[in-house]
Amino acid sequence: MGKDTHGNTTHIIGYGTLTAVWGVLLLLTALTVWAARHATGFGHVWGSLAIASVKGGLVIAFFMHMRYEGRLLRWLLFVALVTLALFIGLTFFDVLYR
Amino acid sequence: MSRPQHRDHAGAKLGMWLFLLTELFLFGGMFLLYGAYLVRYPREFAAAGREMQLWFGTVNTVILITSSLMAAMAVTAIQRGGRRLAVWLLGGAVICGAVFLINKYLEWSHEFSRGIYPGSSRLAAAPPGESVFYSLYYVTAGLHGLHVLIGSVLLAVVAVWAWRGTIHAGDFAWLENSALYWHLVDLVWIFIFPLYYLIL
Repeated sequence: MGKDTHGNTTHIIGYGTLTAVWGVLLLLTALTVWAARHATGFGHVWGSLAIASVKGGLVIAFFMHMRYEGRLLRWLLFVALVTLALFIGLTFFDVLYR
Repeated sequence: MSRPQHRDHAGAKLGMWLFLLTELFLFGGMFLLYGAYLVRYPREFAAAGREMQLWFGTVNTVILITSSLMAAMAVTAIQRGGRRLAVWLLGGAVICGAVFLINKYLEWSHEFSRGIYPGSSRLAAAPPGESVFYSLYYVTAGLHGLHVLIGSVLLAVVAVWAWRGTIHAGDFAWLENSALYWHLVDLVWIFIFPLYYLIL
């Protein structure tokens, strides 16, 4: 969590950490392309989305500094994502059981 | 006039995040539409997805991830007082944004030449699900492309400010918030990529 001095979040993420995250993102991209080529079909959608979610999580946590932010921003993001998930979930409930 | 400047870094970041969450809902709505139609036309979506050019999508994914790294590094650089390095990194991110858009132009030109665009006679003759797929693709990728354009301009402006010294280790809220915007652009593409290019 970032140290707060005079309202400024002073946490600094090192170049090494950022580069490592970039490397993992590239690996996951290669993995998802490989998986798309070798595992076709409808179930594959979920695999692709799972990999995309991990990549998105890494971008938010490190590139967007969320891992080091305070409670307010974390909760805000959490509530927004849950709301989005509810919207999508309820819509699918309607679409699938109509 | 020498008025004391009041800055609220945390407040600026909170405001930016609130805005980014509305963007998340905007693109979330697009993905919701995609999901609902995928359930309705799974075969047509798979057939249309196979027609997409995976190479363009993959290259653009790598470009955006790399530009995201440069934007994140620019924030670290400015925090450590390395203004020159921050300017270089921002310049690199802007170039990546431009290359992304050039790629998109080439890709869309190719699609158009094959008669794949909203309202084309080829899509009118194809099964209804395929035209839905491409309509959603053009709207979502178009909206995303607009964000890439805005983000690139924003990063370029911030780079100039960093160069002039308006943005420095003591006040880098504009740089940080612009980088956040750029990461969101990257984040959205991370989901567009599998949905449109990888569902074979």
